[in-house]
Amino acid sequence: MLTAKRTTPLEIVVIGASTGAVEALHVLLPLLAHGLAVPVVVVVHLPANHRSLLPEIFAPLCQSPVREPLDKEPVTGGVIWFAPADYHLLIESERSFAFSVDAPVKYSRPAVDVLFESAAHAYGAGVTGVVLTGASEDGADGAATIRTHGGCVYVQDPEQAEAKLMPMAAVRLAAPQYIGSITGIAEQLRASTGWST
Amino acid sequence: MDELAPEIEQILEVIYRRYHYDFRAYSRSSLARRFDAACASLGCANVRELQLKLEDDAQFFARLLQFLTVQVSELFRDPGFFLALRTHIVPVLRTYPSLKIWIAGCSTGEEVYSFAILLREEGLLDRTMLYATDINPESLRRAEAGVYSIDRVQSFSENYRAAGGKASLASYYSARYESVVFDRSLRKNAVFADHSLATDSVFAEVQVVSCRNVLIYFNNALQEHALGLMKDALCRRGFLGLGARETLQFSTHASAFNELVSQERWYQRC
Repeated sequence: MLTAKRTTPLEIVVIGASTGAVEALHVLLPLLAHGLAVPVVVVVHLPANHRSLLPEIFAPLCQSPVREPLDKEPVTGGVIWFAPADYHLLIESERSFAFSVDAPVKYSRPAVDVLFESAAHAYGAGVTGVVLTGASEDGADGAATIRTHGGCVYVQDPEQAEAKLMPMAAVRLAAPQYIGSITGIAEQLRASTGWST
Repeated sequence: MDELAPEIEQILEVIYRRYHYDFRAYSRSSLARRFDAACASLGCANVRELQLKLEDDAQFFARLLQFLTVQVSELFRDPGFFLALRTHIVPVLRTYPSLKIWIAGCSTGEEVYSFAILLREEGLLDRTMLYATDINPESLRRAEAGVYSIDRVQSFSENYRAAGGKASLASYYSARYESVVFDRSLRKNAVFADHSLATDSVFAEVQVVSCRNVLIYFNNALQEHALGLMKDALCRRGFLGLGARETLQFSTHASAFNELVSQERWYQRC
């Protein structure tokens, strides 16, 4: 497996997951939360009519704060940010959070593509996008946009994912720098320049 | 940084000068996506081409406008918001002999029918004037028609029950083939009007303003301007309802309001 040395410092990690997300994040987030300096922003596909419980689930497992952002809140480093249910989560060029209730993308709101594309526009090569398990193709186009802006894309090995479709689509469209296990992805991230101060 | 940014600034200027729609203070991340979607659907390779086409073609602009204002909402979205309206605000509203309620940015009307049904069940609809405003004439036309696709009704009904609905949602609409149409009497006292939070001013004194998931599309300066309009429209002790991710916390107008049900984003004018 090729390794993914960044040529520019990492400024933000964006993560997308769907079916099997909770189990996968259960492994990944506690590994990232130690010594975290950059923001980590996570989109998980959620049912529209229910408040997300993800911050409550993950806060006790992580050393960093775990929160849902408010409109216009600065994208602060050292925090794990979850997209709330029934909104698209975006990042503005001034690096604050924005929301929309525009139509679902690939049947999802929040959509991984929406977060990834806006992060690529705001941070350019400073983005690393991570695509995990999921039974939808959401995330692949966004991951490709991250690559065209010079960022990195890491994808969970589809053979190890609970649902293969989402990582397979990302592998096909985004030419990831790394494809591997969740612990492998965590090692890649933690080895990035800019990971900790 | 985003290489599309200058093109978007230019087209927003042209739209404002030529058609007097002011999107210049809208959040750029959502606009970028909306222009992408418009390019793909309207057969333009890029934003520059969109701009050239709309300069002399008002009908083309009318089509583009549908992509620039495309909120997708539901009846009784965030049921807790409506439950709080019933529990904490309706008792105060009963004390007024007549009521005016402003639904700012009503889009295709989901919020209007949610309010109308709740007010009917609380016995207040007959003495309430509902002002439903939006900048998109097509959205206002659809809001007034009150016709929604039948496949959305199940989630509307679930929300309605969770919001403390007292009957069955089906008693407020009739089904026609693939759609449902809401009872005309619900909008008997509703006025659907073109109004821009960016360029128009206050038009009435009201007891309630509901402006949900509209401010998220605005930059900080336009948010402040719009909140100022709502503040000025509200009577003393009037109520302001915002969307689930919107807050007065960062606003200079915060001191003019008390948090009433902060979890559900209901504020009360001091």
